[in-house]
Amino acid sequence: MSRNLAVAYGVATVLLAAAPLVLDAYWVDVLNSVGLYAVLALSLNLILGDAGLFNMGHAAFYAVGAYTAAILSTRLHVPILWALPVSGAAAALFAALVARPVIHLRGDYLLIVTIGMGEIVRIALVNDVLGLTGGANGIFGIARPSAFGFRIRRPQEFFYLIWAFVAATVFLFHRIAQSRFGRALNYLREDAVAAEGSGVNTARYKLIAFSLGAAWAGMAGGIYAAKMTIISPESFSFWESVLLFLIVILGGSGSIPGVIVGAFLVVGLPELFRGFASARMLVFGLAMMVMMVFRTQGLLPLRQVRFKHSDLVKAETAP
Amino acid sequence: MSTLLEIRHLKKSFGGLTAVNDVSFDVAEGSIMGLIGPNGAGKTTVFNLITGNHQADRGTITFRERALLGVPTHRIVSLGVARTFQNIRLFQQLSAVENVLAGRHCRTRAGLFAAALRPRRQRQEEREALARAVSELTFVRLRDCALELARNLSYGNQRRLEIARALATEPSLLILDEPASGMNEQETSELVELIRRIQQRGITVLLIEHDMSLVMRACQNIVVLEYGEKIAEGPPASIRNDPKVIEAYLGTEEV
Repeated sequence: MSRNLAVAYGVATVLLAAAPLVLDAYWVDVLNSVGLYAVLALSLNLILGDAGLFNMGHAAFYAVGAYTAAILSTRLHVPILWALPVSGAAAALFAALVARPVIHLRGDYLLIVTIGMGEIVRIALVNDVLGLTGGANGIFGIARPSAFGFRIRRPQEFFYLIWAFVAATVFLFHRIAQSRFGRALNYLREDAVAAEGSGVNTARYKLIAFSLGAAWAGMAGGIYAAKMTIISPESFSFWESVLLFLIVILGGSGSIPGVIVGAFLVVGLPELFRGFASARMLVFGLAMMVMMVFRTQGLLPLRQVRFKHSDLVKAETAP
Repeated sequence: MSTLLEIRHLKKSFGGLTAVNDVSFDVAEGSIMGLIGPNGAGKTTVFNLITGNHQADRGTITFRERALLGVPTHRIVSLGVARTFQNIRLFQQLSAVENVLAGRHCRTRAGLFAAALRPRRQRQEEREALARAVSELTFVRLRDCALELARNLSYGNQRRLEIARALATEPSLLILDEPASGMNEQETSELVELIRRIQQRGITVLLIEHDMSLVMRACQNIVVLEYGEKIAEGPPASIRNDPKVIEAYLGTEEV
């Protein structure tokens, strides 16, 4: 990580840590949404930005995670924070199962298949699949999370839970980006044939990228369920998938800070312009078009070279 | 010299077109072998069959007494067969050194948990992989371009970078698909020198090339294909004088 980026993260952490002390509950809740979308978009970024797999059904993984947590909480009374890993695992397993037969598809074809997958999940939830999802009404009465005997219920309390999760995600995903695993995903994105021809098991990495991204979306879903205490299929519509796709592309595909900035803009900005009522989406849409014409690489594009000159010299001179 | 790669009765059709028909030849360990023939003779198809990019209809490919047919490409690479592509396939948006690191992938182990926890073993492995990648760049004389993006390199340097990436996989057999195409005379001479240095490392080289001066200078043995069939095989001197080759490849002799 470069020094500038480290400083930026430090400043952002301080500002965010202080935010609930000065903002009212409404704006803290907006920041909570931004945080959740940041995690979701970062998880999609792993699939879309790093591995270059077009996935426009990410809300399906989010939904699987949220419903897993909700069902565990309401039926088995599992504490919600304990249910989170199960949410992640369920979403990852689901992703691995649905992705396996279609993972060889490229670009636009994969995009269409993932849109279909997202719709199937939503419709299955509406139709009360297995009698567990509560149909169109969804599931209510999900327990609030508690940590160390402290019950999290107010937006200010959720704020710290969500943003701690964002911080952990950012830390982990930066480590992944700077590793053999992260590079393999990039080779896949750049040229899958050349990657396979250089010895990378492309089918395996595609599947892992999908599953890992889904696992993170699933955990975000679990937190969402705990925050809302009620979830229904309409929270996981196609529009959610499109929004996440937008955040990644607008912020800077493959760039972790870019995706976070994207989440602030796409989720936070419409709230700022709420005064303009219906015109705000018009402004938003226009801004998006202007972006794609004049800055196709996104707001904060990927810093392209991972190594510094000194890294190479050090590697050369090491015994 | 022992046989490294043995190809027998290889056949491959695409729809109604027979691209490779009953081709057999051996590649001797430690040699530099050329595969030549007019455009559309099926040379690249033979390469794609060896590296598992295509599946053969019939025949066998044996590498070090191991059958290669049906083995996935990335496994073939880890068995010791590396290749470059006719139309350069680099990771354009990544730096040269990251391109070469791709070749280290199959010789390293660290997975997701190692990436997250960074144990000592993972850090050691990363250091070694980077050192090896840099040394391969030095070997192909691209050390100064290590941090350049692949797409910003000149055409000749991109070809060298592809070779470095292939060498990083520690191959016993290196397959080069038209390595000199688009190179000027100076670059071609440097390429011949590079191929010889690769051979000195004990790596067997199999190459497709249209530049006859390169083939005649570099190769010890040549196989000639025409319309998917082998029409001649032998050392450069005999190929040069083979009437069938002259007719098929170099054009009919003037009377």
